[in-house]
Amino acid sequence: MRFGVITFPGSNCDYDCYWALKNILSQEVEFIWHKQERVDDFDCLILPGGFSYGDYLRTGAIAKYSPVMKGVRRFAQKGGLVLGICNGFQILQEAGLLPGVMLQNESLRFICKYVYLRVENAQTPFTRGCQKGEVLKIPIAHAAGNFFVERPTLQKLRRENRIVLRYCDGEGRVTKTSNPNGAVDNIAAVINDNGNVLGMMPHPERCVEPLLGSTDGRKIFQSIIGSRDEER
Amino acid sequence: MKIFKARIYITLKPGVFDPQGKVILSSLETLGHKGVQRVSTGKYFEIELVAEDAEVAKREMEDICQGLLANPVIEKWNHRISEAPK
Repeated sequence: MRFGVITFPGSNCDYDCYWALKNILSQEVEFIWHKQERVDDFDCLILPGGFSYGDYLRTGAIAKYSPVMKGVRRFAQKGGLVLGICNGFQILQEAGLLPGVMLQNESLRFICKYVYLRVENAQTPFTRGCQKGEVLKIPIAHAAGNFFVERPTLQKLRRENRIVLRYCDGEGRVTKTSNPNGAVDNIAAVINDNGNVLGMMPHPERCVEPLLGSTDGRKIFQSIIGSRDEER
Repeated sequence: MKIFKARIYITLKPGVFDPQGKVILSSLETLGHKGVQRVSTGKYFEIELVAEDAEVAKREMEDICQGLLANPVIEKWNHRISEAPK
């Protein structure tokens, strides 16, 4: 499978994604500089974490106008798989490919730690290697991960089963204390209505080797790889 | 063509959580400003632009706010436009 990892000015998790896919999951990967508009030669695009354009104005607000985003939009419309991680999620929201906005964390602090996540929807191309209700241990690292949508949109997301991961405790209980940033309904990941664009605040690329404290991130990438193989 | 100056205020829509506003409020309470009831934060921009007339400048500002300066999911905006003194 051929992955493209998009590098915006200020992306800083692009090489981690590249490493995870190439060295741990043995996939073909290439970097895509944000000035490049053509992205058709890939099976899956990854918008990595970081601070594109220094988070000026709002997270992701300027990156959404990078030339590559035209290509990403077309790629997504044709059903291509797109994964936005952390800042990548924020860019996809600003671009209107995913709902909601990330507000600043309730604590106003940058939070960098392992969290537990409950898989709410295991039918997506990004989670199909997981079980519904399974608890994943994946780290977050953000100052603005406080997912916000207005009530009608939240209800729509629930109805359409588009909330994919929620912050929980080690036993899978979704509680207020296990919510690290104040996100509405403990939401950590959502998918678009077509089911091919996922945004997640946690960083799966940071937990793909035992040395890093967890290998649960592999499950996200393996799900992607598995779903595309099956399609063929 | 004339030169216009736009002053743009971006504020959070009512009901959107404003953690900075909350922290500033509690800090003001600590400083003894007991009468302060509410603080909300926002952004302020000044933009100078060339346009045919104020109407055209206003429409362009609307585009700029909607497309880049504000996120309509959580923010609202208003702008005042005046002709820049020569």
